[in-house]
Amino acid sequence: MSTREMTMVEALRDGLRVAMLSDPAVFLIGEDLGIPGGFGGGFTVTLGLSDEFGHARVMDTPISEIAIVGAAVGAALVGMRPVAEMQYGDFVFCAMDQVVNQAAKMHYMSNGQVSVPMVLRLPVGASARGAQHAQSTEAWFMHTPGLKVVCPSNPYDAKGLLLAAIRDNNPVVFLEHKLLYGGKGGRKESSSAAKVVSVPEEDYEIPLGTVAVKRQGSDLTLLANMLMLHRAMDAAQELDQQGVHAEVIDMRCLVPLDMQPLIASAQKTGRVLIVEEDNLTGGWGAEVAARLSEAVFFHLDAPITRVAAPDTPAPTAPVLEHEYVPSVQRVVAAALKLVAG
Amino acid sequence: MTGSDNFPLETAREMYRRMVLIRRFEDHLYALFLQGAVPGTLHQYQGQEAVAVGVCIALRPDDVIFSTHRPVGHLLARGSSPRGIAAEIMGKATGCAGGKGGQMHLTDVTVGAMPSNAIVGANIPIATGAALAFQLRGQDRVAVSFFGDGASNIGAFHEGINLAAVKNAPVIFVCENNQYGASTAISSMLRITDIADRAAAYGIPGRVVDGMDVLAVHHAVLEAVERARQGNGPTLLECKTYRYAGHSRGDPGGYRTRDEVQRWRERDPISHMRALLITERGMAEEELISIENACQSEVEEAVEFARNSPEPGIEETYLHVFKERQ
Ligand SMILES: Cc1ncc(C[n+]2csc(CCOP(=O)(O)OP(=O)(O)O)c2C)c(N)n1
Ligand SMILES: [Mg+2]
Repeated sequence: MSTREMTMVEALRDGLRVAMLSDPAVFLIGEDLGIPGGFGGGFTVTLGLSDEFGHARVMDTPISEIAIVGAAVGAALVGMRPVAEMQYGDFVFCAMDQVVNQAAKMHYMSNGQVSVPMVLRLPVGASARGAQHAQSTEAWFMHTPGLKVVCPSNPYDAKGLLLAAIRDNNPVVFLEHKLLYGGKGGRKESSSAAKVVSVPEEDYEIPLGTVAVKRQGSDLTLLANMLMLHRAMDAAQELDQQGVHAEVIDMRCLVPLDMQPLIASAQKTGRVLIVEEDNLTGGWGAEVAARLSEAVFFHLDAPITRVAAPDTPAPTAPVLEHEYVPSVQRVVAAALKLVAG
Repeated sequence: MTGSDNFPLETAREMYRRMVLIRRFEDHLYALFLQGAVPGTLHQYQGQEAVAVGVCIALRPDDVIFSTHRPVGHLLARGSSPRGIAAEIMGKATGCAGGKGGQMHLTDVTVGAMPSNAIVGANIPIATGAALAFQLRGQDRVAVSFFGDGASNIGAFHEGINLAAVKNAPVIFVCENNQYGASTAISSMLRITDIADRAAAYGIPGRVVDGMDVLAVHHAVLEAVERARQGNGPTLLECKTYRYAGHSRGDPGGYRTRDEVQRWRERDPISHMRALLITERGMAEEELISIENACQSEVEEAVEFARNSPEPGIEETYLHVFKERQ
């Protein structure tokens, strides 16, 4: 396999290319996707794709989120595989009826007569832009039966999961963290945590419904996704130096959720710390904690604990945002408390 | 240009001052951004000054405005302090929203500036609601919704304006058609030339206004405000204008030509008003220069103030999620 160093932006772009080359049913729809001299979508993921595939398959729309998602649903119903983009994940709330009442329910309501194979790409995470450009929205979709939820932490997973999402026969909400996009034909956030990794140029899929053990450990289990996976890995390194060995699992797909590796890890370590960027209450971590405590309660040496954003909207001032988004220090402190307790 | 004779000299001079203040503020902020001194995002207003000023000077202090992701011009035109705005953009405790809002959420209720909205089009039904409240309470106040050309394609535009129309709500819908929504030319996203024509679909007056001419904007708004105060309902004003800067920080604007930008710059609202004040109103060049210098100092002082201001205390993160019962 030939591989190339890619940022997440490049890996996602490559994933879209591969999908479009391999299946004429795949097309892109959203704002500023393919305008000559334009942005290539909210974060340049689609930059250059209209040159290669034309403006019919890289479809630019008015600022009309309901129409973007609704049109994706309609096209999917008659056999296409649209990939729709919201420029920021927060704008999906404009189109929530199309996601929750329409995309998620059509297959069920029709008793299986129709299906909605579409992907909805949402850039998420706080990035100094304020409360309406910051939310991590996994939990909203996890709560809605009929939607799959994917949230990669690195370029390799991003491409493989995106290809699997596009070929899945259901609506998939695909979250991309702004601070993980990286540069290279992309907007690089100043606080970017993105790492460039080797990504195959070929077609490959990472199955939905999988999580990934990123690091073995015996003292506690850290569960995290997207940017928080990186914070958890950094925390694990610091914890090592204090003699605490953390296992880290990348929660790269939340629906369907593969509980088995989580259960196995919790049984091994007896302690679970969940790290999420979403607001604490009703986040994905709450659901995972509930399921884990049902499954492994008697193996646990300490209560399942969460580090999350507080239950406030995201503030904008850098010092406040820094307080808001869980830091490596907070993860380390919570982990030490767990192992001490 | 519309003649300035109908306006008291004092009003015309104040219009000029506010436009210059906005321009100088935005230019100064851009310079700071280039030095890396501005955190977060930046959506600038250069080129559109005539709209904010023409509208806001027509309002009373008890009227309210609803702004967008590009709010600096609107707040300055309304008389909000440049210090509070600069500090908010720089994430300081002294910002008009304590640093919690940021560049896209400037808010200053002391001048009737409700929270600026970063969701395109969202303020259209919200402004309608404020206007309905004034109507319910028998007040002759008005609400103004500012939004862009791009916003005219989102559902909230249609729902909000139609509701205002059928209820005769005292609201003025000010569409600032700066020709682009982000990198997308509005001409590629509309089958009609004038967004103002959409007013007909809701049975309200719609007017195309030269948004590079502060007096033309002002005339049109005075009429719309009068209509609204008298209980005759909303108006849709489409102000044709242009943004000189990129859509947001770091946007080089590769989707439009230098020529196009130049053509619009030749119609610069500030230079035109300046010429008019000299030729038609006999203002002395020195007086204009002194206005300009005063604006420059005010801006520099405001930015200094912002730079020297403390950052918010981290406990602020947790305040204002809910309003306490008094
Ligand atoms: C609902 C929604 N969709 C998309 C965006 C991203 N976005 C921010 S500004 C903008 C362009 C807005 O264009 P316009 O309404 O013409 O205002 P302008 O920026 O030209 O002032 C877009 C697409 C957003 N903020 N909200
Ligand atoms: Mg515009």
